[in-house]
Amino acid sequence: MKRFLTLLLFSLLVLSPLAARAQSADEALAALGSGNYDQIRHGVEQLAFSGDPRALAILSALQSGKLYVRADHVLFIKQDDGSFVDAAAGKPAPDVMASGVKQVRMNNPVRGAVDAALGSLRLFATDPGARLQAAEAVFHSHDPAALPALDKALAKETDAAVKTRMEQARAAAILFSDDAKDAARLAAVDVIHARGDLDSRALLDGLANQPPEVAKAAAAAVAAIDRVLQLWGILQSIYYGISLGSVLLLAAAGLAITFGVMGVINMAHGEMVMLGAYVTFVVQQSLHSAAPGLFGASLLIAAPLAFIVAGLVGIIIERTLIRWLYGRPLETLLATWGLSLVLQQAVRSIFGADNRNVSTPDWMSGATQWGGLTITYNRLYIIIFAAMVLMALMAALRYTPLGLQMRAVTQNRRMAAAMGIRTPWIDALTFGLGSGVAGMAGVALSQIDNVSPNLGQGYIIDSFMVVVFGGVGNLWGTLVGALTLGVVNKFLEPFAGAVLGKIVVLILLILFIQRRPRGMFPLKGRAVEA
Amino acid sequence: MASNESSLTRRQLGGIGAAAVTLAAMGGIQAAVNTAAAQAAGTIKVGVLHSLSGTMAISETTLKDVMLMLIEQQNAKGGLLGKKLEAVVVDPASNWPLFAEKARQLLSVDKCAAVFGCWTSVSRKSVLPVFEELNGILFYPVQYEGQECSRNVFYTGAAPNQQAIPAVDYLASEEKVQRWVLAGTDYVYPRTTNQILEAYLKDVKKVHPDDIMINYTPFGHSDWQNIVASIKKFGSAGKKTAVVSTINGDANVPFYKELGNQGIKATDIPVVAFSVGEEELAGLDTKPLVGHLAAWNYFESVDTPSNKTFIDAWHKFTNKPNRTTNDPMEAHYIGFNMWVKGVEKAGTTEPNAVIDALIGVSVPNLSGGYSAMMPNHHITKPVLIGEIQDNGQFNIVSQTPGLVVAQEWSPYVADTKDLIGDWRQPLHCGAFNVKTGKCGSGGGKKA
Repeated sequence: MKRFLTLLLFSLLVLSPLAARAQSADEALAALGSGNYDQIRHGVEQLAFSGDPRALAILSALQSGKLYVRADHVLFIKQDDGSFVDAAAGKPAPDVMASGVKQVRMNNPVRGAVDAALGSLRLFATDPGARLQAAEAVFHSHDPAALPALDKALAKETDAAVKTRMEQARAAAILFSDDAKDAARLAAVDVIHARGDLDSRALLDGLANQPPEVAKAAAAAVAAIDRVLQLWGILQSIYYGISLGSVLLLAAAGLAITFGVMGVINMAHGEMVMLGAYVTFVVQQSLHSAAPGLFGASLLIAAPLAFIVAGLVGIIIERTLIRWLYGRPLETLLATWGLSLVLQQAVRSIFGADNRNVSTPDWMSGATQWGGLTITYNRLYIIIFAAMVLMALMAALRYTPLGLQMRAVTQNRRMAAAMGIRTPWIDALTFGLGSGVAGMAGVALSQIDNVSPNLGQGYIIDSFMVVVFGGVGNLWGTLVGALTLGVVNKFLEPFAGAVLGKIVVLILLILFIQRRPRGMFPLKGRAVEA
Repeated sequence: MASNESSLTRRQLGGIGAAAVTLAAMGGIQAAVNTAAAQAAGTIKVGVLHSLSGTMAISETTLKDVMLMLIEQQNAKGGLLGKKLEAVVVDPASNWPLFAEKARQLLSVDKCAAVFGCWTSVSRKSVLPVFEELNGILFYPVQYEGQECSRNVFYTGAAPNQQAIPAVDYLASEEKVQRWVLAGTDYVYPRTTNQILEAYLKDVKKVHPDDIMINYTPFGHSDWQNIVASIKKFGSAGKKTAVVSTINGDANVPFYKELGNQGIKATDIPVVAFSVGEEELAGLDTKPLVGHLAAWNYFESVDTPSNKTFIDAWHKFTNKPNRTTNDPMEAHYIGFNMWVKGVEKAGTTEPNAVIDALIGVSVPNLSGGYSAMMPNHHITKPVLIGEIQDNGQFNIVSQTPGLVVAQEWSPYVADTKDLIGDWRQPLHCGAFNVKTGKCGSGGGKKA
């Protein structure tokens, strides 16, 4: 009898936590189906730490929007083929209709709780990438209850990068636990200091209720991280400046050539950029319907097309309008400004006045980290593209017969004509080349700005600023001018704001022009200065 | 004069002058014939004053379309006072002085009985003197900064206490936000709203001034790298940070794209926007934006029969089964029905009678309740907070149980905390100071 009673008691003691766990898991499931965001969040947290084997599947379904609830609060998980599986029992439920269930929605606090919960559950995933993400999620949630799981995962971990991340997560959890020793806390502060990014700074700065030594160590770590981040911040501003400069360079390179060779002030230059952006839109639309597989290469296809289209339009403009206005700069200014209005309205009539949607291919979305720098892919590729365009342009001017003739006409038009160069033809091709480059700039700009008929208006003033600053007709001057203006603008922006920063740059430019009216690198030569 | 410059002879000049006069006369006769024909045919003209091009076209074009649908529906019901309604659509092209010109044209040339229009507060401020001078009626459907109460304007959009303040309250209580970035476009609406929010955060929510960062950008700003990076930096001080965005127009598109590119998730730094709705999200890939918020008084995802009917009629009218609806469209729906009811109550389209008759008019809204026109020319609205979903729709996460009455004069700004607007007799004043008992200029004149 006694043995029987002790056996009964023993089995109850062993089984009751299991029963309690199952009970808490059922409570958690009921909370998930309640429809109240606070209760759903509690349910998520409860389910995660219940140790229930169904937790991972249910929480993953909730995260990807595949968890549904019926009117009687029973939960279902939607499968890829549209059928439903009972979440609690794990068995298929063939008689459930899509109209009879509602999706379990999340708000931001719930989403955060799900990310943290899945983090601790996925620490044992087979894929190292998933384990890395899990460790990162635990680092962000810094929940001390995840410590046992972290210790177990660390013991098994073989991948070095994942191990480091797990140690950082463990350090974060230790700092937020109530019963960690001072030595452990100090070691944790060092681990997080070693990580040294914005997230670690945020974590250390947000610590509270720490023993005084630990608080001092954390404050010192925050100050040290801030110093390092400040240096990275300067590099980051330079990067932003280079990316803005590359955009200005693309827009202004064509103008530098036309202005340099022909002395024509082309106010319709911005519209050439706009035409290039619309060519990109048309190319993407045709690829959508004709060859969706090639969508990733849409920009590579659009760039030469934009060059040809904008170049042809440029040649037509030169032959029909500019040709009659040589030597009359004011009339050219007015005529090309009127032309810009005509082109804008033409595009408005053909495509509509609304913004057109140009999407970014997948390989150009997102960002990567180089040390403390955040490099966004679209800007990086635009910098590379601008450099390639500039080099191609310089090569064309240096090594092709057309380039030779262009340079001759720029230096001394009458002598070049006397040497047998057909200057009207060179003028037309130069205008076409400048407009074509502007068209390619439009392809790049379609990725970072809205594609609308007014796109060119935002870049015409900047293009003229770059050309005037850098020296007319000189591509090196355009490069230096664009990069300088970009970097100065980006360094001023955090202090002065976007609006005032632009004003300050303009004022500085005006003052610069007073001292050197012909720009930084003016072309030298008797005829040019005439 | 250089000899090779062509000059006009006197005869040629006279000929050109005669041609110009004839053209002008023909234009004048044509206009007179039109108005005569219109009056003879008996139509009531309704003006539609929304930007159809420029930086605001992304938001305003759909409002022009919804007005055309509402007018067509009313004509199908037999028109108004026995006459057909005729829409007069103009395009002020996101150009604020052009708004005033077009408003003057709608009122004095086309003789519109009412005008439905404007989005940005700067466009509304530009047309305000015109409406007050010519005694017209403007229905303004967009959420705005308050601090105005004109006799000639009926504000069917939200005042700050029907949008901005509840949004801040939601973030502070539900998401435990302690640090705030107030980012806006550089014009009157964001500047005034941020003034009100800063006062509210500091005085009522006891937020430390170091925990507030304010930033302004021009219309159409496209280079957000620096600003998004500084938001990230501001948000890494260990306290939960949120962005309150009053950015307007198509600058929102590159802003949200940059947020997605730099990996700012809504669970880290949520962004609540006041001028971004289904229409502005329509062209964006919203997967990286899931969880960011907007505060409005209506969402397309509101689940009521009246909303479903409205959306079905809208899809039929535009012939596009996935055209979105949004809050300013609902405001035009409410405003137009109120105007129709007011005209029927007054029995005439004469502005003074209609303005007096509109107070107290109550029409159903699309979220299952009723909206009433209050004596301060603002309407009662529920407040909804929604989170962006990956299909561009909003998931409503918070809703006021009842309707909120608009406070057009902010109680958090020293200059306006004693002001009320009441256009009924005997007060008949837009900016009545309850402390001094005097009627000031509140953007409205006594008739």
